Amino acid sequence: MKIAVLGAGHVGPVLARLALGAGHEVAIAGSGDPSRIEMIVGFLAPGAKALTAADAVADADLVVLAIPWHRFSSLEPGAFAGKVVVDAMNHWPPSAEPLGTSEQVAARLAGADVVKSLNHVAYQDMEPAAGRAVGVAGDSPGAVEVVASFLRDIGFDPVPVGPLAAGRLLEPGSPLFGVAARRQEFETHTKEQS
Amino acid sequence: MTTFGLDTFGDVTHDASGTPLSHAQTIRDLVDQGVLADQVGLDFFGIGEHHTADMPLSAADVVLAAIAARTSSIHLGSAVTVLSSDDPVRVFQRFSTLNALSDGRAEIILGRGSSVDSFPLFGYDLADYEDLFEEKTHLFAELLKGGPVTWQGKTRAALHEQDVVPHTEPFPTWIGVGGSPQSVVRAASYGFSLMLAIIGGHPGRFAPFSELYKHALEKFGHEPQPIGIHSPGHVAPTDEQAREEFWPHYLDVIGRLGKTRGFATPTPESYAHEVGPHGALFVGSPETVAQKMARTMKKLDASRFDLKYGIGGLSHDSLLRTIELYGTRVVPRVRELLD
Repeated sequence: MKIAVLGAGHVGPVLARLALGAGHEVAIAGSGDPSRIEMIVGFLAPGAKALTAADAVADADLVVLAIPWHRFSSLEPGAFAGKVVVDAMNHWPPSAEPLGTSEQVAARLAGADVVKSLNHVAYQDMEPAAGRAVGVAGDSPGAVEVVASFLRDIGFDPVPVGPLAAGRLLEPGSPLFGVAARRQEFETHTKEQS
Repeated sequence: MTTFGLDTFGDVTHDASGTPLSHAQTIRDLVDQGVLADQVGLDFFGIGEHHTADMPLSAADVVLAAIAARTSSIHLGSAVTVLSSDDPVRVFQRFSTLNALSDGRAEIILGRGSSVDSFPLFGYDLADYEDLFEEKTHLFAELLKGGPVTWQGKTRAALHEQDVVPHTEPFPTWIGVGGSPQSVVRAASYGFSLMLAIIGGHPGRFAPFSELYKHALEKFGHEPQPIGIHSPGHVAPTDEQAREEFWPHYLDVIGRLGKTRGFATPTPESYAHEVGPHGALFVGSPETVAQKMARTMKKLDASRFDLKYGIGGLSHDSLLRTIELYGTRVVPRVRELLD
């Protein structure tokens, strides 16, 4: 697949490396001119291309949002229509109760199939993925399967937790956030909350 | 030149019965810890700014000044100074004063802050996290050049041909980086030294950061600068003793922090991994810690290692023992291994 990783901070280059390792074609976009992140991409995710967000998204089969939440509103929404988009973002600082980002992402990126995942894993715990269970929440079964298949490719064990609104189960404040939970614990917690 | 230091966040210590000591006593004990670090021949003692009841070291430079008055060789600095929520002019003045008092022994490690308690305290918005650090680092770099400063930005009043006192010799300036590649490039763009804060996971994964930093320094036309490592640890006569002493406090502190920061709550298995050869905890006997330090320094091409000792709940005596073993046993052994 062609993967677009938006974000060249803590998380973006790690996911790019995992995707490259699994044989995917990867483009990374930071904010603004790609020349600003060329050096970073060259050393931290060699083999990935540094592009503008618009160019990276245009070609992609799968887009991963790994940018700070407060930057999300600066994304141009038009390019995302018809794309499968992974929301790996969190409110920061955490809000007092789990508060979904994904419904806001879906509302803004009209026409995209948004799937919440990976936001509950710290970047230092992602590489190697080592079969770690990750929750996946989305409204489109097709998009959820695309994301789950990608996550399996890069070494995770994807566990469906329900529709996009259930992505709140993965947010800061949830017992699943930042915990090395196994598949069984995801399933049990999801069942208790539904 | 290879140098070795100790960092602390000034966690509240407990007495022998497990009762927390007062903030005031914890701070006074910290001065004794800094003095011991000097006596055992260490190169650097750093205090990390925090603003919580568990870590009350909100005015680290005052404590550093007290240590300066009782020591003669050790360099004294922050680990880190949260520049984003401070005024670069004030920070420069305080560290220039420390540099004067200590006869040129001040160092500063600037950071964006991974614990962000200072943002609401001083009225800053976390949404400005990046811009604040970028602008303030720029002003700080201008101040370090000495001479009148002209500067304009969005985060504080502009300066025009401003003489900022006290005048002092330039002191080493580092940028502390937790995992943001942009921060590595930023450090290189100013020609500042790079301090890699490695607090979890395989330290070896930071090797591309060292390569990126060296390449970027060259690209920006700066001379090579030191790369340092800051990692948590605890030293005791045996591996078993060190691991057993550290574990309950690590579980307590990291378990609470992880809930908000997204890193996993420790388990006995994850702890065994972190203290083992592929983890980020330098916990063990002097030989175990020395071997791991030497390996990590070689892998990351680092010439400085700062062990972040002490975690909430340990006793002052236990911290003094770690400092003594680190200075007298660990560091000489690492020097041997690196030769």
